[in-house]
Amino acid sequence: MTEPVLSVRNLKVEFASRRGTLRAIDGVSFDIAKGEVLGVVGESGAGKSVTGLSVIGLIDPPGRIAGGEIRLAGLRIDDLPPEEMRRVRGKRIGMIFQDPLTSLNPLYKVGDQIVETIRTHLNLSEQAARRRAIDLLAEVGIPAPEKRIDGYPHEFSGGMRQRVVIALAICAEPELIIADEPTTALDVSVQAQIISLIKRLGRDHGTAVMLVTHDMGVIAETSDRVAVMYAGRVAEIGPVQDVVKNPLHPYAKGLMGAIPTLAGDDKRLVQIPGSMPRLSAIPRGCSFNPRCAFAFDRCRVDRPEPLPHGAQSVACHLYDTVPAETAA
Amino acid sequence: MLAFTLRRAIQAIGVMIAVGIIAFSMFRFAGDPVNQMVGMDTSGAERAAIRKSLGLDDPVIVQFGRYIGNAAQFKFGVSYQFRLPVTNLLMERMPATLELAIVATIFAMLSGILMGVYSALRRDSWLTHIFQAVSLIGISLPTFLIGVLMIYLFSVTLGWLPSFGRGDVVHIGWWTTGLLTLSGLKALIMPAITLGLFQMTLIMRLVRAEMLEVMRTDYIRFARARGLTTRAIHFGHALRNTMVPVITVAGLQFGSVIAFAIITETVFQWPGMGLLFVQAVQNVDIPIMAAYLMMVSLIFVTINLVVDILYTIVDPRLRSTVSRAH
Repeated sequence: MTEPVLSVRNLKVEFASRRGTLRAIDGVSFDIAKGEVLGVVGESGAGKSVTGLSVIGLIDPPGRIAGGEIRLAGLRIDDLPPEEMRRVRGKRIGMIFQDPLTSLNPLYKVGDQIVETIRTHLNLSEQAARRRAIDLLAEVGIPAPEKRIDGYPHEFSGGMRQRVVIALAICAEPELIIADEPTTALDVSVQAQIISLIKRLGRDHGTAVMLVTHDMGVIAETSDRVAVMYAGRVAEIGPVQDVVKNPLHPYAKGLMGAIPTLAGDDKRLVQIPGSMPRLSAIPRGCSFNPRCAFAFDRCRVDRPEPLPHGAQSVACHLYDTVPAETAA
Repeated sequence: MLAFTLRRAIQAIGVMIAVGIIAFSMFRFAGDPVNQMVGMDTSGAERAAIRKSLGLDDPVIVQFGRYIGNAAQFKFGVSYQFRLPVTNLLMERMPATLELAIVATIFAMLSGILMGVYSALRRDSWLTHIFQAVSLIGISLPTFLIGVLMIYLFSVTLGWLPSFGRGDVVHIGWWTTGLLTLSGLKALIMPAITLGLFQMTLIMRLVRAEMLEVMRTDYIRFARARGLTTRAIHFGHALRNTMVPVITVAGLQFGSVIAFAIITETVFQWPGMGLLFVQAVQNVDIPIMAAYLMMVSLIFVTINLVVDILYTIVDPRLRSTVSRAH
């Protein structure tokens, strides 16, 4: 197998707070191959966004990467000096944020913002960068790009602005795009367009995509593989069909059970009882154990590590090869 | 855009007429001007003659109409104390005040913005703490005290700078400038700092607060995610977004710089309009006081108009809301 575009190993992110250090990400590992879309799902606060931000090196103090390593096509990037990391951002990793309404600087024409980004990373003349910007706007599906390039952000609708944001994210042909809830702030009808746009761009350019969302529908439609995060850890990761059709981790089972289906539904949606623990009060053992219907003694003591199970990988004692009886 | 400017101009004229009413009514509340002009031994007939020649017998509304009509042509009557046209007196003094106010504002803007940006970006640097302390002094100490302290230090103790006056001036047409001579420049330093210090601290605090706010916005985060250089983010994206409120405040403050110049000009015996005004108050020289009031309001109103137009240049969103409103 060729080297993955992005390889995250045992990532730990901590936030210093007045009441001690909180660990937001605790030992997250995953790979994304060229042209692959990895969906990252989980509840609010599970650490999805923080994972994305730490990959692109934008964790703000008091947060910091406390351990593990992040490699981009083999190059270790989590410990790069700030100036070198800046060159990676935008050039090799593009990022799309949640809210297109606030992602663009309101005082500059969208074309100027694209040209500025292009010229920061590529050695192009003003005219060449402008031509490229027009091509990009056309590629992300903005009609009459040669006119719209001189528009200001407030003259674009939300969906159109997100297209501009995407054009900005891909303007230097990055190897990896991190999309942090790219559709959450958009109308449902626009969501599908944006999702298929991201998918198409990833396919056309061979770009790896890390798609952070809490929308399982989006994941099922777009992703090749999916990582389910819970309380700063990856509970389960695997090919999207397997995880959706046959989730292993009790939490993933719960999540999939909470997806409404259209086919004749007379039963209530499944809820997962309780809520995710606060970072300051992560329980001992498996962090999911207080909400888990299958928890047994070992879950309350021993923290499960991710272990391969078929094409999937799951961090749950139920699937541990060591029999539960002997461990307890 | 044109309609917007026109509408604002009409509003400005309305404000000026209101100020004219106040200025005019000063004449009627401050006692009989004839008494101010003549000696004790002037006969009643002579008083009546003066009264008639000055048009003080006419109905109030006629007098007011005449006053406004004259004011529109920059004729503000004759000073009681100097027996000279007020307009000439003001014009003679105006260059001194405007030069002082402009230099003070430029000083306040430049150093205020620089200090504000620096203290927002380097929040924990020792220089930031010094700036904060200086700004506290600038906000809390009264202008005249700073002026007097500076005179004591730089003129009396060190003897570096002149303690009063404008130094040598050069005449360029009707304008006199102290910017072209060494003594003029030296004389300008302390009054300009004294006058600009309050504005500087205000702008510094404003820039700092706005900058901190802007640095937290999504578009700055996105600009960082695009890998733009720190300089482009700070000075291209963040600073420009802090400029809208700064322009407002600096513009409005320019009016009060001219108004506050009264104190600074008195402390430094600066031969400007403010000093003329203070002398006029002491001598109940109503024409000068009224004319000064009108001039300062005119400057205020003009600046407001310019600031409104400047907004639309800095912020494209206002441009379209302005044109959509018509």
